[in-house]
Amino acid sequence: MRSIERSLSKFNEIGIRPVAISVDTSEDSRKLAQSQGYTFPILSDHSAEVIRRYDLAHKGAGINGEDIARPAEFLIDATGRVKWINLTENYWIRATPEQVLEVAKLLK
Amino acid sequence: MNIKRLNWPLWTGFLLTLAAFLSYFFIFVLFPFTRDFPWANLVLFVIAGVLLFMGLRRGFASDRPHPTRSKIVSSIVSVLSVAVFAMFIFVIFVVGTSLPKSEGAPQVGQRVPDFSLPDTSGKQVSLNELLTTPINGSAPKGVLLVFYRGYW
Repeated sequence: MRSIERSLSKFNEIGIRPVAISVDTSEDSRKLAQSQGYTFPILSDHSAEVIRRYDLAHKGAGINGEDIARPAEFLIDATGRVKWINLTENYWIRATPEQVLEVAKLLK
Repeated sequence: MNIKRLNWPLWTGFLLTLAAFLSYFFIFVLFPFTRDFPWANLVLFVIAGVLLFMGLRRGFASDRPHPTRSKIVSSIVSVLSVAVFAMFIFVIFVVGTSLPKSEGAPQVGQRVPDFSLPDTSGKQVSLNELLTTPINGSAPKGVLLVFYRGYW
């Protein structure tokens, strides 16, 4: 999240809008964005409905045993098609903004 | 305090154990070279282990000014250090790799299902809007959806 914010101007320059999604409530996300200075959209999927529809639910992994999102990144083009996916198998190994920017440059 | 009495290998080993644990999350995770396999942290743990072993021997030496206390302290510190190391292995290799397969996730080339979710101000925002609302005056070329665990 922090690295997205740091690269936000680069993303915007090439016409890419980063959007974060988690089960946190709007209120919690607002506090997070405020305290960390995040300016990209953060959406709240509190019931994990969209997360389940995308088959990204990590069942029972929340602090009270609720379903939460596994880390995942999708690059969607303007027509709504998936151009690139990153479904890490290791929680600690995430896509870097540089990686995404490289792929994003290929979008028309 | 008499510096000769201080079991420095023990305490250095303990501090290095803590550093070996924490440095992954604050430093080494930032670089793919040290992130993809935590070799740098394992090296630190090995050095810490050698120091702790020296410290433990020193703690059990017969010339300690407080032999009983020294044995107890060096034992406790060593056990704690081993626990920190075990915790590290657990967090990186067990917790870190316990993610679901997500085989039903949208594939490259597929059209993703539209959705509408509230943003930080509570306003409903759809994927379609995110794909069409201009960025700096021009139509976006795409959206990067980043799913994350959340901070609960």
